[in-house]
This record gives sequence, structure tokens and C-alpha cells, in this order.
Amino acid sequence: MRGLGPIFNPQSPQASAIAALFSNVLILSAIIFLIVASLVTYSLVRYRARGRTSEPRQHFGSRRIETIWTAIPLLVVLILFVVTIRTMAFVDAPLNPDRPPDLVVTGHQWWWEARYPNGAVTANEIHIPASKRLLARIEGADVIHDFWVPQLARKMDAVPNRPSYIWLEADAPGTYQGTCSEFCGMQHAGMRFLVVADSDADFSAWVNHQAEPLVQPTSDLAAAGARLFDLYKCSDCHAVAGVSSNVTRGPSLAHLARRRFLGGELPNTPQNIGRWITNPQSIKPGNHMPDQRVAAGDLEALTAYLAALQ
Amino acid sequence: MSDFPQASSSGWPIPAAESNSGLLSWLTTIDHKRIGILYLLTSLFFFIVGGLEAMAMRTQLALPNLKFLSPETYDQIFTMHGTTMIFLVVMPVLIGFGIYLVPLMIGARDMAFPRLNAFGFWLLICGGFLLYFSFVAGGAPDAGWFSYAPLSEKAYSPHAGLDYWALGLLLLGIGTIAAAINFIVTIATLRAPGMTLRRVPLFVWTTFVNSILVLFALPALNAALIMLLMDRLLGASFFTAAGSPLLWQHYFWIFGHPEVYIMILPAFGMISEIIPVFSRKPIFGYSFVASSTVAIAFLSYGVWVHHMFAVALGRIFISIFAASSMLIAVPTGVKIFSWSATMVGGSIRFTTPMLFAIAFLLEFTVGGLSGVAFATVPIDWQLTDTYFVVAHFHYVLFGGTAFALFAGVYYWFPKITGRLLDETLGRWNFWLVVVGFNLTFFVQHILGLLGMPRRVYTYPNLPWWGALNMISSFGAVILVFGILVFCVNVVISLAFGTRAGNDPWDAWTLEWLTESPPPSDNFERVPLVRSRRPLWDQKHPETPDWRHDPSEARER
Repeated sequence: MRGLGPIFNPQSPQASAIAALFSNVLILSAIIFLIVASLVTYSLVRYRARGRTSEPRQHFGSRRIETIWTAIPLLVVLILFVVTIRTMAFVDAPLNPDRPPDLVVTGHQWWWEARYPNGAVTANEIHIPASKRLLARIEGADVIHDFWVPQLARKMDAVPNRPSYIWLEADAPGTYQGTCSEFCGMQHAGMRFLVVADSDADFSAWVNHQAEPLVQPTSDLAAAGARLFDLYKCSDCHAVAGVSSNVTRGPSLAHLARRRFLGGELPNTPQNIGRWITNPQSIKPGNHMPDQRVAAGDLEALTAYLAALQ
Repeated sequence: MSDFPQASSSGWPIPAAESNSGLLSWLTTIDHKRIGILYLLTSLFFFIVGGLEAMAMRTQLALPNLKFLSPETYDQIFTMHGTTMIFLVVMPVLIGFGIYLVPLMIGARDMAFPRLNAFGFWLLICGGFLLYFSFVAGGAPDAGWFSYAPLSEKAYSPHAGLDYWALGLLLLGIGTIAAAINFIVTIATLRAPGMTLRRVPLFVWTTFVNSILVLFALPALNAALIMLLMDRLLGASFFTAAGSPLLWQHYFWIFGHPEVYIMILPAFGMISEIIPVFSRKPIFGYSFVASSTVAIAFLSYGVWVHHMFAVALGRIFISIFAASSMLIAVPTGVKIFSWSATMVGGSIRFTTPMLFAIAFLLEFTVGGLSGVAFATVPIDWQLTDTYFVVAHFHYVLFGGTAFALFAGVYYWFPKITGRLLDETLGRWNFWLVVVGFNLTFFVQHILGLLGMPRRVYTYPNLPWWGALNMISSFGAVILVFGILVFCVNVVISLAFGTRAGNDPWDAWTLEWLTESPPPSDNFERVPLVRSRRPLWDQKHPETPDWRHDPSEARER
């Protein structure tokens, strides 16, 4: 059933449990549908009038048959309820966990922020260590979003002022697609992200590097870009330092050069960084980044600065 | 009340109309048949509007990354599509059928409150107008038909669209409650002599139960709408992040889940009228079908949280709602088995209404089964807010309700107009709609499984997403042709259709006793009702139901 998409190609114990339950429900549904369809088809073929005008025998029902077809579905539903409860207990993280989370994910209009216990902050590309069950705390910054990585975990609504928790786990290193699954405004469609599961060593290296402070520009051009970054007030919304910053109106750009995509979907190349700076609305119409009217001469320096944020 | 002379059998004086034709007589009418027709025409108009909105969406989604609609416009269009289809099409068309048919089916001369009846219709017009006026008043509402807060708050949707949305729905809600009160009183007090509550036609029975649902569900929405308006216009904070965004969801779904049944119970009633007549047998297990309706209505008040399973609410709390949601499958299953068993041993006539009823049966079963999947909480945790949901509720509301309505129109059109709809065009109508509907919506199940969220104005070019969306959009085009054939059939048959006579289907309920179209006071004389099928008794004096039907025998 893997061809049926990510839900049937689970890559974590939790998603696997859901997929198994779902397969059973699909088979059960197919059987019930076939029973109804056969009954209907049989009647249509067997009892077609074919020009007959006399009335058939008038039959008003049967208490016994009616009781049977009330009781059997009741039994089926009861069994389904029991397996539902069991799967829920396995899949779901506690409502109020007794330990701090391994990861905090916050949905913003229209990007995802991820924070780690060591202070590392990133956006739209969430790294996790493979084969570890992480407790992820899901928050909403403005409206309700929904954090969904179908191959790894249940989806969870990100409600403002109401944090909630999920288990986030991947069986093996790999890259997994995620998306927002609660309508949250104009760029709901553009609120895609990646979960990157690394080996333990790779993950520690990544998260430690991510927490390192600001990378100092090495070229004159990049240094000029750094000054322009403040001049154009980019820094009002975007953090560039690795460690915790309270600037969260726009996604953190710390270590931007190490990310695969810009804004969740656009390949991370200097050219695309330039496109984003000059006309953000042409890429994700409706997003909250205003046109800063960056002069053509300044674009090169700004791009060089951002592309060098290793 | 005592100031009025008690003139008519309905307890209310019905003033003679100034004239019986002309525009003014329709605008001022309080005749239930005319009001019913006005409801039906209004919903047909909005069905076309909502359908055009759907086609705009399917065009935008036909290929990945299209720019046919801007995200801003797309959000307005999908919000208006949902709101229109639910509040301006499905609810009014079901109310319209009820207003036209209920008095005829129970042998009454009109509804209990004819003026309240007209008032409800004009509120529908005002509500629809307010909703659509938003397009020229700064922009249509853009937060989806369930307008989740805080996205629906001023901070995130600053233009006036949502104010119009809330005001429009408030008017529509009041109109619907008025109709519900009218149905309850009419059915409770104006039934023909001998027609006990156990003998009313199942369409009347479902309309009765439905009205009770409306009476207790709509006020929750109305209250929430007023609070939303206070938030947006007066700076209150019921549903903002500082208040409780989840409170809106509770209010909305306490209304919204019964609403789902409000939109299907009368359709069940229609199917329960049509399948027996064209199988030439009474419904299998009348009392089980009737009491399962009550069970569904009762349970429907206790399942609303299954729309909120993706919120962290606590496992025990969620389990309770999972159980109640699954339980609804039982009475629903009873109905499906009863309709199927009615056909067994019958003498089935393949008329267009019957074809639609059969397709209803199979498609609604698909929609019901995918509904059970959503009650299975962990599956909901994957699939909610994806295209699987879109497929699911279109199988219920289009494959179910709309197919039942097509069946109902083909079945009762001759009573309403005096002429039969054309059967050849009816076949074209049926097959185009069946193929178009299933092509459009079946593939959306798969899109959901592939991870496509609902309410996206475009999507990345992932494997199969483009191809399946193209198939869906292509199916929608076929569906449009099917509906065009329907409209053509209505227009042509209205002018040239075969004369129907009183009882073209050889049916059994009281509406077929009178002329087609019925005279303004409906009946010259209503016979004493002695069973559920008074016309059968009349046509078969040697084997009347009241002598053979075991449940009637037990009653005496």
C-alpha cells in the first residue's frame, strides 16, 4: 500500500501504528461496502419489474432481521472503539508532560520556527536525531496552524496560548515533508517545511553549530551587506544570531547558507535570495514581508552577506 | 390571538389573495406551495452561483502552481462556496421541499403560521443578499465556512467581509428557526384525521425531527456570531488569543455537527418515500427507520468534538466523543439496510428518481464509511483537514443529499407543475452527474492520502498531485454538463412535458390524492387515514394496509 502515499509509508513507530489501524479500517469498510453493493445489485437484477404491472407481495419488515442488523454494527463499532483507544494511547504524547520538551515548534503566518534546548533557533527545516522519541511542544504565535509530517507523527493544532505536545520520531535518517494542515490565511498553501532526521553524530554537530553566535563576514562585500542589513531594517524582523533571539516577526536567518530551501519551497541559491529581497510578494503572495525598496547597487552586498551565513 | 376569527381549518384565517397571478401575487404570497417554490428557485439560483465558485476553484487547482486566482481571491471563493452551498442551497432547498410537501402529505391546507412562513423566506433573501454584498463592500469573507478564530478576528481579516458573513448568517439562522417552529407546530397539530404520528410519511417524520434539531442547534451559532461581531466591531475579546479561540470551535461545532444531519435527514426522508414507490413495496421496518432518525438526532448533539480531534484536548475527553461518533454509524446503517431490503422482493421500476435514489444509496454508504474512519481518532490525526475530508463530506452532501434532491425533483416535479420531467433527458442528467461526481470526488480521497491539505490555493508538483487534480477538475466539467441537462430538462418539461395527472407514479401518500398542481386550498376532502399508505388502502380495498401491516395491528 506504499504507493498510496506518505500515510501508508510510515517512518516512525507512531505513524506505523496509525497506518496499521487505517489499513484494517479500510479493509473493514471495503467489506461493508461490498455487502451493501451486492445486496443492491442483486435486488436490481433479480427484482426488476420488466413490464410487470401486478404488485409484488407487500412485506412490511421483520423485527428479527432488523434487530440483527442493529446488533452486528454495534459489535463492529465496539471492537473498533477498543482498537482506537489502544492506538491512541500508543501514538499520543501526554497532555501535560512531566519533563521539558526536546524541541519547541511554533507556527507563524506563514513559517515554522524551531527552538532547541541549547538555544539553537531555525526556521522551516527542523533537524532531529533519528531513532529517538522526542517530545515536541507545538505552539501557535498568531492564528491556529497545524503541524503535520504524515510519515512521522500525528498532526497537532498549534493554538495560540495553548501549547500541546507530540512524539516526534524517525526510524532512520532521511528527509520528510511537512505542511501546515489548518487553514491560516493567504499563504497556508506555502507553509511547507522539512524534517531532517540525522544520525546522532550529525545531529549533535548540526545543533551545536546552529547555536554558535553570529558568523562574522569574511569579505568586504559581505561586511557591507551586514551594515545594509541593519540600515534596511531587515534586523527588525529577522534574527541572524544563532542563539535565542526575541526577534521572531520573520524567520531567523541564522546560518541561512546551510538550509536547502528559502521560505519552505524555493531552492537556496544566492540568486533566489536576491529575488526574495527584491520582490517577496512575487514568490509568496500575501506574506508579511514588505518591499524594502533595496537599491539595485545594495542587492549584491546583502545577498553576499546572507549567502555567507554558514 | 383571540382577536382573529377562527376561519380556516388551520386555525388561522387565510385572507383571499388579491389576485392569483402576476409578480405582486408572488411577492406577497403566504400560500405554502408558492413559498415552497420560491425557496426552491432561490436555492437553484444559489446552487448555480456556488457551482461557478467551485468551477473557479477547480480551474485554479487543475495544475500545480497555476495563477488563475490570487490566494486572496481563492480564499474568498472557497469561503463563499462552502457558505453558499450550506446556508443558501442545501438548507433552503430542504426547507422548501418541506414547506411545499408537508401540508400536502399530512392533508392540511397550509402551514400552521403562513405569515411566519413568508417571513422566513424573506429573511433568506436578505441574508443571501448581505452575504454577497460583501463582494462590493471591500471583499468577501475569507476565513472558510467555519471561520476559525482568531483568523476571523479583525487583526487577521480586517476588511468587512466577515462582518457581512456574520450578519448574513444571523438572518439566515433566524429564518431557519422560524421555519423549524412552523414545521413542528404544523406536524403536531394539522395532521388529517386518523393520521397518528406513527402513520405520517417518513419525509414528514424526518422533517419533524430535523426541525427539533434546528431549534436546539442554530441558537448556538447565532450566539457565537453575535460574540464574533462584538469582537470585531466593539473590541471584545471572546475568541482572540487573549480570550479563547477554542471557545469558538466548541460553539461552532455544537451547531455544526447537528447541522450536518440537518442537511441530510430530510434527504433520508425523500429516499424513504421514493425507493418504496418504485420498488412497489412498503418501506422495510418503518418504525426502525423512524426511530433511527431520532437516534441520529439525539446522538448528533454529542459528537461535535470529533471536528476538533487535532487539538490536544485530553485522551479521555476525546475517547468519549469517538465513541458517540462511532455509535451514529449504527442507526445510519439501519437506514441503509432498510432501503436495500425494501428493494428485495419488489418489482423495481427504473425511473429517473429511482436511479438517483439507488446512486444515493451507494454513494452515501461510501461517505458514511469514510466518516467512521474519521471517528477512529488516530486516522483523524492523519487525515483531518486534508482532501480526504473534502472527498468525505462531498460524498455525504453531494453523493448523498444532492442525489436525493435530484431524485426528489424528478419525483415531485409533476405534482408541483402538473408535467413530468423528460425521462430521456433524465437519463443523460443522471449518468453525466454520476460519472462527473465520482470522477471529481473519488480521486480526492487519494489526494488526501498523498498528503494534500484542504484550502490551499495551489500546491507543489509532487508525484501524482497534478494528475489527480486534473482528473478531479475534468470530472467537475462533466458534472457541469449534467447539471446543464437538468436545467434544460426543467425548462423544456415545464412547457412541453407530458401531463402528469394526479398520481403519475401510482404512489401512496396523500399529496398524490389531489390535483397536480394542487388547488390553493390543497384538498377538497381528506379521507380518514387508517394506515401509513392511505392511497394504497383506497386503491386496494380488498387488501388494505390496516388489515395486513403487523405494526398497525399491534397499535389497535
